Amino acid sequence: MKETALVVEVRQRLGSFVLDAAFTAESGVTALFGRSGSGKTSLIRVIAGLARPSAGRVSIGDDVLLDTECGVFIPKHKRRFGYVFQEARLLPHLSVRQNLRYGRWFARQAAPADEFERVVEMLGIGSLLDRRPEKLSGGEKQRVAIGRALLSAPRLLLMDEPLAALDEERKAEILPYLERLRDESLVPIVYVSHSVAEVARLADRVVVLTNGRVEAIGTPADIFSHTSDRRDAGAVLMGRVTNIDVAHRLVTVGLSRGDIIVPNANVELGREVRLHVPERDVLLATQRPLGISALNILEGRIVAIEPEAEGAVRIRVQCGEDVILARITALSVERLALQLGMPVFAIIKTVALQR
Amino acid sequence: MTDWLALSDEEWTAIRLSLRVSSVAMLASLPFGILMAYVLARGRFWGKSLLNGLVHLPLILPPVVTGFLLLVVFGRRGAVGGLLDHYLGIVLSFRWTGAALACAVMGFPLMVRSIRLSIENVDRKLEEAAGTLGANPAWVFITVTLPLILPGVIAGMILSFAKAMGEFGATITFVSNIPGETQTLSAAIYTFTQVPGGDAGAMRLTIVAVVISFAALLASEFLAYRVGRKVHPA
Repeated sequence: MKETALVVEVRQRLGSFVLDAAFTAESGVTALFGRSGSGKTSLIRVIAGLARPSAGRVSIGDDVLLDTECGVFIPKHKRRFGYVFQEARLLPHLSVRQNLRYGRWFARQAAPADEFERVVEMLGIGSLLDRRPEKLSGGEKQRVAIGRALLSAPRLLLMDEPLAALDEERKAEILPYLERLRDESLVPIVYVSHSVAEVARLADRVVVLTNGRVEAIGTPADIFSHTSDRRDAGAVLMGRVTNIDVAHRLVTVGLSRGDIIVPNANVELGREVRLHVPERDVLLATQRPLGISALNILEGRIVAIEPEAEGAVRIRVQCGEDVILARITALSVERLALQLGMPVFAIIKTVALQR
Repeated sequence: MTDWLALSDEEWTAIRLSLRVSSVAMLASLPFGILMAYVLARGRFWGKSLLNGLVHLPLILPPVVTGFLLLVVFGRRGAVGGLLDHYLGIVLSFRWTGAALACAVMGFPLMVRSIRLSIENVDRKLEEAAGTLGANPAWVFITVTLPLILPGVIAGMILSFAKAMGEFGATITFVSNIPGETQTLSAAIYTFTQVPGGDAGAMRLTIVAVVISFAALLASEFLAYRVGRKVHPA
């Protein structure tokens, strides 16, 4: 898979905004993460060939797609990069089936025999094939758009905030499909998003963009447990679904030590999932609390106490191999006399983990 | 009693000629109309407003002036007409093909306007999406743009056809009023009104003109409805 590494380097001035970013993406999901206006969409449009920067280089493996120094610019239709836009952009005069087959028509090599059925099954769009795009819901449209991009035989899949235009319910409907896509497809994915929850769940690698520059690159767990941004910070935990409680619509995820219960979000038993636990949603107790509504009480040991701005303190609690972050006040640290190495209980409300 | 409704051979000839001239004018100008509409809708170049004005000129000029200009340019001794005659043996003046040219020129602004409006309404994001799926610009035009502008193209064709059916001034100036060669429906009606006792013939042809125009209008409405339902669903 090493030959398929995507190498991107872009310098572009747009009015007073300067985009100056470089990163490398290999197999798996690379997220371009940042606030709106941070340049992530400009960057992905350059990769797709929808925009031509004043200076830059884009290559995948040995194939150079853009090199402003040598005057190389491969147009978008020759790049074989699937692109999923924020709006589905399905062709209104074609049926769902024709939309799905549209890209295959231009791809040179013949499709593997079962590819169409496989993608249709993976995205759960089998019952929509003969419908017209306007008859679909927002979530269905976006699933078809993802399928259409996948079926155009891409060597890279670019997704530009594919969930941003959808409401929470639709997002929750599509996210499991994206997880399947990540786990089952061999095509590397570049995923643009400003949502911590999405990036934490999907990405293998995060490229943080701020004002057109790359601020940090790392795993979601790394990035979100070190950011100073109050809204984004938190732990990213890996686990496996061990139990599904249909009656209460809850799912139990086994961690390295202990279980965590999260609201049900269409997952099957045994699937590996990632959870983003925001630090502001975690409480600490020095004794195991009784008579408390929160379902998740994880026992661990304090491994770091990091004072932050405005009287807040970030506590890192080691639970097995996982580290959970809690953001509490300096006053609480004093009252509970928290110290390094102290055993504590991290309390997490299940509803705070709405995926 | 209904004898006066029976059409004479000459009248039939005029009707057939009008239909042929209008159809040829409409179909022959269609590719140019789509191209011009595309250039005006999407192009960015110096002199675009000049070109736009030129295309619209037949709409504003007196038809007789347009006819005279055609005669000057496409007549046997005209700049273009002379070349056509000399090298290709094509003569337009005083022939039915000349009538078709006059009708095409007169209907051209209407056709371009209608198609241009629909091109401007096409969501370019869809074309961009088709491009990322591997379609080159030509295929994007054929598989995305063209189907989406079809209602506008149909409307433009009908407008051009209707204009050609009613064209009189430019045609009679350019190719005269020769029965069997350039005497279209309108010219035939005009001729009837110029002779004593021609009222009945004029009325017969008028009824035919109304029927043809109405049929064209209904056909376009129906087609636009069929296509529009597909392209711009409610």
